Amino acid sequence: MAQFTTLTSHAVPLPEENVDTDQIIPARFLKVTDKHGLGDSLFCDWRYLKDGSNNPDFVLNQAASQGAQILLAGNNFGSGSSREHAPWALVGWGFRAIISTGFADIFKSNSLKNGLLPVEVSEAVYKRLMEAVQLDRSTEITIDLQSQSVTALDGLETTFPIDAFSKHCLLEGIDQLGYLLSFDDQITRHEQQRT
Amino acid sequence: MEPRTLFQKVWDARVVVEEPDRPAVLYIDLHLIHEVTSPQAFTGLRERGLRVRRPEKTIATMDHSTPTLPKALWVIDDQAKAQLAQLESNCKEFGIELYALGDSRNGIVHVIGPERGFTQPGKTIVCGDSHTSTHGAFGALAFGIGTSEVEHVLATQCLLQRKAKTLEVRVEGQLMPAVTAKDIILALCAEIGTGGGTGYVIEFTGSAIRALDMEGRMTVCNMSIEAGARAGMIGPDETTFEYLKGRDHVPQGADWDAAVERWIQLRTDEGATFDKTVVIDANKLEPMITYGTNPGMGMQISEPMPTMDRFEDASQRAAFEKAMGYMDLQPGQRLLGKKIDVVFIGSCTNSRISDLRMAAGVFSGRKVADGVRTLVVPGSHDIKKQAEAEGLDRIFEEAGAEWREPGCSMCIAMNGDNLEPGQYAVSTSNRNFEGRQGKGGRTFLASPLTAAASAVRGEVTDPRTLLLS
Repeated sequence: MAQFTTLTSHAVPLPEENVDTDQIIPARFLKVTDKHGLGDSLFCDWRYLKDGSNNPDFVLNQAASQGAQILLAGNNFGSGSSREHAPWALVGWGFRAIISTGFADIFKSNSLKNGLLPVEVSEAVYKRLMEAVQLDRSTEITIDLQSQSVTALDGLETTFPIDAFSKHCLLEGIDQLGYLLSFDDQITRHEQQRT
Repeated sequence: MEPRTLFQKVWDARVVVEEPDRPAVLYIDLHLIHEVTSPQAFTGLRERGLRVRRPEKTIATMDHSTPTLPKALWVIDDQAKAQLAQLESNCKEFGIELYALGDSRNGIVHVIGPERGFTQPGKTIVCGDSHTSTHGAFGALAFGIGTSEVEHVLATQCLLQRKAKTLEVRVEGQLMPAVTAKDIILALCAEIGTGGGTGYVIEFTGSAIRALDMEGRMTVCNMSIEAGARAGMIGPDETTFEYLKGRDHVPQGADWDAAVERWIQLRTDEGATFDKTVVIDANKLEPMITYGTNPGMGMQISEPMPTMDRFEDASQRAAFEKAMGYMDLQPGQRLLGKKIDVVFIGSCTNSRISDLRMAAGVFSGRKVADGVRTLVVPGSHDIKKQAEAEGLDRIFEEAGAEWREPGCSMCIAMNGDNLEPGQYAVSTSNRNFEGRQGKGGRTFLASPLTAAASAVRGEVTDPRTLLLS
């Protein structure tokens, strides 16, 4: 898994609540057998017009969004299905972090396994960031995982929660399966005792 | 010992390692896989040179991308064909039992688990599919996982898990005629919103839940995820045991009696506490329908849609306005009488025999309205056989509905069954997100009774006007 230490980037503002996984990547793109190459299908039905050309009104297509690694999105981001294709598509486009006031459980869990950091901030911080980013799309936001902090603008600084284990895995780029495999003996004992 | 909840008991029995500041290692009793969310997990295993630890604890089916047109074992396109072929070769290589397309045991993953008796009280059950919550109806701890976690379970039969908080949803009272399990869960979604259960495992309790049969309970637990909760559970009781007894994979004879003794103990102890409780008065429930683009945007079918001033928060107002725009509906109006194009009866929420019987009860002696396309899609081959034995297929076909092969069908719209842009559908499935049933399609979620009544009238219809008049 890709390491995550610190990130400074401009952000893509998506001020919508309850963005579901069917919007992040519609089901018709789930017939793939690979996890790579899904970035082009990210937000597909919002991003492209009927003829397949870019929808100029959608934020991801705007020049100011190019190169951004942070998505700033409304509450309850990633609700809906368990498809890991959602974080794969976000990472495929180039995002490394999402700032929101809340994330759906399965989406959050999937993101943490793909080096995509869900950053949960208060409503007040979210509103301030959204206002600033919409006003000036070059506004840079810094996310530091070690100190669990978000800094931006003049003096905006806040912390975000993350469990110690996920933090450790992201900082070191450690894959969780390796850790799980280290419990082989305990798992065997559990199987002998209970199943 | 402290009184414990059902969730706590299942958790305690399946925790392999639990240390502070780390996720617990949770043992998984049953792993269900399908074509869409498993290929990358098997690729991961191969890349690491790992085997499947307990292949007999994983069961595979094909359901998401498989077409449901009668009597044709075909595939939708080359990509789907390759994905199905990969599932087949993965199962063969790693020794996993597969209920492939054409197998008489094939069907929707959350339908066949209970049907074949794999789903049992006290089990931990996972699948790369968010509607795994369905299996919680049996008192199992069952939840959806991502593909990385599918790989974890294949390799170790375990998952790293943080313990969820507990939410009791107590539904007391007696449902009125034509009000169903689907209406209970749609009412919960409308009450707490699609993020309301985030971080929680729900336990459904109360007299109205006890009174439901297992299929109704599965409908309720199925849509726990639509209320934001990864899992929904119901304490096992006589209804549970009655359903399970004699099924393929449940214990038999003396083992059965011992299992029932164990399962009864799983019920939440008197005095156990939940982190939060929501109470729903079953006596006051009416048939529900959604009007917007997430399952929380629902109302009683006789009500008008909300108006803008009902939303205090600016972002909620914006979300409502966007939903109204997508649905091309006017705030404050009623949905009753709204012309529809399609009716879909099926999905892991409502494709079981009792759902089909409900729909057939409405269709019997009636016709689908002109210009309405109606699909009835059984959840499995067993259900299809049962329905045909009861003559339900003839009722559907005589009414002018299409009687299909089992599969996810128009719930996921990646298999040839989908809405056209702009069409309106009343669907018994679980999600009304933008484009969920086909790009540009518009979905009203409702019960099988409401869906069938709407098919007959060609417009959104309160089933009571057909059934109780």
